Amino acid sequence: MNRIGIDVGGTNTDAVLLEDDRVQHAVKTPTTADVMSGIRTALARLLRQAGGTPAVDAVMIGTTHFTNAVVQRRHLAKVAAVRIGLPASASLPPFIDWPEDLADLVRGQVHMLEGGHEYDGRPIVPFDAAGMREVARRIRDSGIDSVAVASVFSPLNGSCELEAETILREICPGVAITLSHRLGRLGLLERENVTLLNACLRDLARSTTRAFVDALVASGIRAPLYLTQNDGTVMLASEADAYPVYSFASGPTNSMRGAAFLSKREDAIVVDVGGTTSDIGSLRHGFPRDANGVAEVGGVRTLFRMPDLLSLGLGGGSLVTETPLAVGPRSVGYLLTEQGRVFGGDQLTATDVAVAANLVELGDRRRVATLSPALVRACVARMHAMIEEGVDRMKADASPVPLIVVGGGSFLVPDQIPGISEVVHVPHQAVANAVGAAIAQVSGEVDQVFQDLSRDRALAEAQRLAEAKATRAGADPTTLAVVEVEDLPLAYLPGNSLRVRLRVVGDIARGGAPRS
Amino acid sequence: MTTTSLSARQIESLALGAWILGTGGGGSPYHGLLNLRRLYKEGARVRLMDPADLADDAAVAVVSTMGAPLVMQERVVDPGPMVESIRAMEAYLGRPFDAVMAVEIGGSNALQPCQIGAVTGLPVVDGDAMGRAFPEAQMTSFAIHDLPMAPLTLVDVRDNAVIVARAASWKWMERLSRKACVEVGSIAATCKAPRTGREVKECGILYTVSKAIRIGETVQAAQAAHRDPIQAVIDGEGGRLIFRGKIRDVERRTTEGFLRGTATLDGLDGDRGRSFRLAFQNEFAVGWLDGRPVVMTPDLICVMDAISGEAIGTETLRYGQRVAVVALPAPPILLTPKGLAHVGPRAFGYDLDFRSVFAEAR
Repeated sequence: MNRIGIDVGGTNTDAVLLEDDRVQHAVKTPTTADVMSGIRTALARLLRQAGGTPAVDAVMIGTTHFTNAVVQRRHLAKVAAVRIGLPASASLPPFIDWPEDLADLVRGQVHMLEGGHEYDGRPIVPFDAAGMREVARRIRDSGIDSVAVASVFSPLNGSCELEAETILREICPGVAITLSHRLGRLGLLERENVTLLNACLRDLARSTTRAFVDALVASGIRAPLYLTQNDGTVMLASEADAYPVYSFASGPTNSMRGAAFLSKREDAIVVDVGGTTSDIGSLRHGFPRDANGVAEVGGVRTLFRMPDLLSLGLGGGSLVTETPLAVGPRSVGYLLTEQGRVFGGDQLTATDVAVAANLVELGDRRRVATLSPALVRACVARMHAMIEEGVDRMKADASPVPLIVVGGGSFLVPDQIPGISEVVHVPHQAVANAVGAAIAQVSGEVDQVFQDLSRDRALAEAQRLAEAKATRAGADPTTLAVVEVEDLPLAYLPGNSLRVRLRVVGDIARGGAPRS
Repeated sequence: MTTTSLSARQIESLALGAWILGTGGGGSPYHGLLNLRRLYKEGARVRLMDPADLADDAAVAVVSTMGAPLVMQERVVDPGPMVESIRAMEAYLGRPFDAVMAVEIGGSNALQPCQIGAVTGLPVVDGDAMGRAFPEAQMTSFAIHDLPMAPLTLVDVRDNAVIVARAASWKWMERLSRKACVEVGSIAATCKAPRTGREVKECGILYTVSKAIRIGETVQAAQAAHRDPIQAVIDGEGGRLIFRGKIRDVERRTTEGFLRGTATLDGLDGDRGRSFRLAFQNEFAVGWLDGRPVVMTPDLICVMDAISGEAIGTETLRYGQRVAVVALPAPPILLTPKGLAHVGPRAFGYDLDFRSVFAEAR
C-alpha cells in the first residue's frame, strides 16, 4: 500500500511517500502564501524522487490553514446562529465570551428557539418547528449562507437539530448547515462555539479542499484524498470540507504520531524541537494524550480533542543573552540560516551554542570559536534543564518511558534525562509530521451519559456506537481497536448515571473509501 | 443601611476566589460569571451589605442552584429562575425580602445571590452558611444551629414551582427537594428557608463574600507580578501548604448520588519521594501523607494549579496535573462538637477523630 503524507506548516511544506511501513521518499519545501503552489512543488519533487508517478492508495494532507484563518481573522464567513433550548440557557446567547473582533466578523444573525432535551433524553419543551420555519425564512432573506445549529443535550438526542436541518433544507436550500451534535461533546457553550467556528470556515474549507484536489489532479495522482484531524485520524476530503474545525491542532498530532511510527514506540514522551518552540506531548497507545481542560482557538473556548502539549520557548533559533543568562523565548525563527552566527549573521542563537559545544555540525564553526567555554557550558546546561523540566511535567507517572526526539532542532535534547529510559533519535525525524499524516487512521468517538446499565454494559454499548461511527467514516471494521476509554459517574444524578467517553480507531479500509 | 457596589473587577475576583473556596466541589462559577458580565454591561450592579447592618427582623433569602454540575454545562444556569425562586417564597410568606445571601460561598453558588441582586436590586449579604462548599443541605451553620429547614421553594426554567412547606428533618428536606429537582431535569433554582436578620448575624458565616473576593485578588495580583499565587494565598489567609505534587491516579465512582473517589499524588519539590492520597465526596474530604491522615474536613482542602493558582475541581482532576494541596482554616462554628457532627470526617464516613492542621500549628 502506497501512501503520500503532506504537512503544510507555517514555514515548510513536507511530503513523504510511504510504501507499506517504509518511508521511501521525503521532501521539504517552503510553504507558499497561497498554500497550493507549495503543495504542487512538494508533490512534483516527491514524484521526481520516485522516478515517476507510482500507484498511490491514499493521500493525506495535514494543514494549519483553518486554525490560522481563525487566529488571523481572515476568510471567515458570516454565520446565522440557531440555539434550540429555550426556555433554558436563555441568558447566555450564542457568541457569549467570544473576543469582540471575532464575534463582529462572524455574527450574522442570532436566533433562539424553544426545544432541546434533558440529560435523560426527555424534551425540555416541544421543539418550536413553526418558529424554526420563520427563522429559516429570515436566514434565506438575509443572504447568509452558513448556519450553525446547537440544541441543549443534542449529543444525547440530536432530533431537534435534525428537524431544524430538514426545515432549513426545504426553505433555504444551498446554505451550509453545521449541527452541533455531529461535532462534539457535552458542554453547550463550548460545543456551540465549535459549531459556530465550523460554520464560519465552511466556504474556506470548500475552496481549500477543491484546491487540494486540483493540486493532486495536476500532479497526475489518482487516489482518494484525506485530511488529517486533531486526533491523529483522517476524514475523506469530501466529508472533511464540512468539518474544517476537526483539523485544528492536527500539526502537533501528526508530528507525535509520526514519531511513534518512526520509532516503533507506542508509549513515550515526544519532543518536537522547532525553530522557536519545543512542543512536548505524551503518547499513549500510539496516540497523543488529549488535553482535558478548555482548549482555546483564536480566543474562543472549545471542548476540543487537542493533544495535551507543553510548549517551551526553546528552539534552534532561540536568542541567547549572556547577562543575565537567558535562552528564548524570543527567536529568529525561520531567519536562522541568515541571522545565526554560524550562518554568517550576528545573532547568538541556541544553534550557535550547540555548534560551539560540538552537539551538531552546522554552518561555519569558526564563527563561534571565541565564545567562552563557561558561557557555552552554562547555556547548554540551561537548555537541557528546560527540556528535562518540560519532559518531567508531561510524564503521566513516575515509571521511566522513552523520549522520542523529532524536529529540526533535535540536537538541543540531552542524551540522558532523569525518568527517561532512552532518548530515541529516528531517521526522517525532520519530516515526522508528514509521516504522521501518511499513517493516519480512521476513528469513531462516543461521549454520552448511560443510565441504569451496569458499567460493563455501558462500556460495551459505547464501544458498539463508536465502532459503527468509525466504520461509516471509512475504517476497516476488522482492524478497530479501543484506544481511549474514560468513565465518569455523575454526581447527584439518579440511577447510576455514567458518562462514557470512548474512542476506537482502525485502518482505512483498502479500496473501501467510497469516493474521493 | 450602607452597601458597597462591587466593581466588575471584584466580580471576576469573587468567581476566582469562590472556586478556590469550593474545595473541589460546588461547580465552576464560569457561567455565573458570564451572566454577571452581561448584567454589568447592561448597567446592573451588585450591592454588597455588611451583615451587621441587617435589622433583626429583616427577611433574608438564602439561595442556591440544586443539581448536577454536568447538567449545568448543558442547561446553563439562568438568572430568571433564580429570581423566580425568591418571588415564589415571597408570595408564600406574604412579605418581600430585604436582602439575599448564598447558602454556599464555594463554587458556582457564590454568584447566585449576585445574579439575583443584579436583576432585582436586592443587596447581597456578605456571608453564607458554609464558608466553603458541602454536598448536603444539613451541612450548614443554620442546620448546626437547629434553625428550621422549611419552607423551601424550587423553580425551573419552565416556571414549574414547588414549595416544600414542612419537612421532618434536614435529611427529609434533602430527599424531598432532591426528588423534585431530578424530576425537572436535575437543575433547579432554590430558595432555602428564609432567615431573619438576627438569625443571619448569629448563625451565619459572615464576611465570606469579601473573603472570596480577597482570595481572588490575591491570586490575580500574584499572577500579574509573576509571584507564586499559592504562597500568596497561604500568606494572605493563614493557610498551610500540605503537599506539592503531580497527580498520578484518579479513581471516581458514584455512590448514593455523590461523586466519590480518590486521587493519588507523587511529591515534587520539597515533597519529592513522598506520596499523598486525597479522598473526595464532591469536595475534598481527607488527605493522607504516606498513609497518615494529615488534613480532613471541615478544614478547607484546596487543590490549586501549581502555576496559575486557580482551583481544580474534583471533576476536572486528571493525570499529570501539577498541583498544590493547601489547607485553609474552617469557620469556627464547624469546629464545635455539634459542627463536627454535621461536617466532620465521620459525617462523610471516615472513622477519624478530627484534627485540624491549624491546631497543630498553634
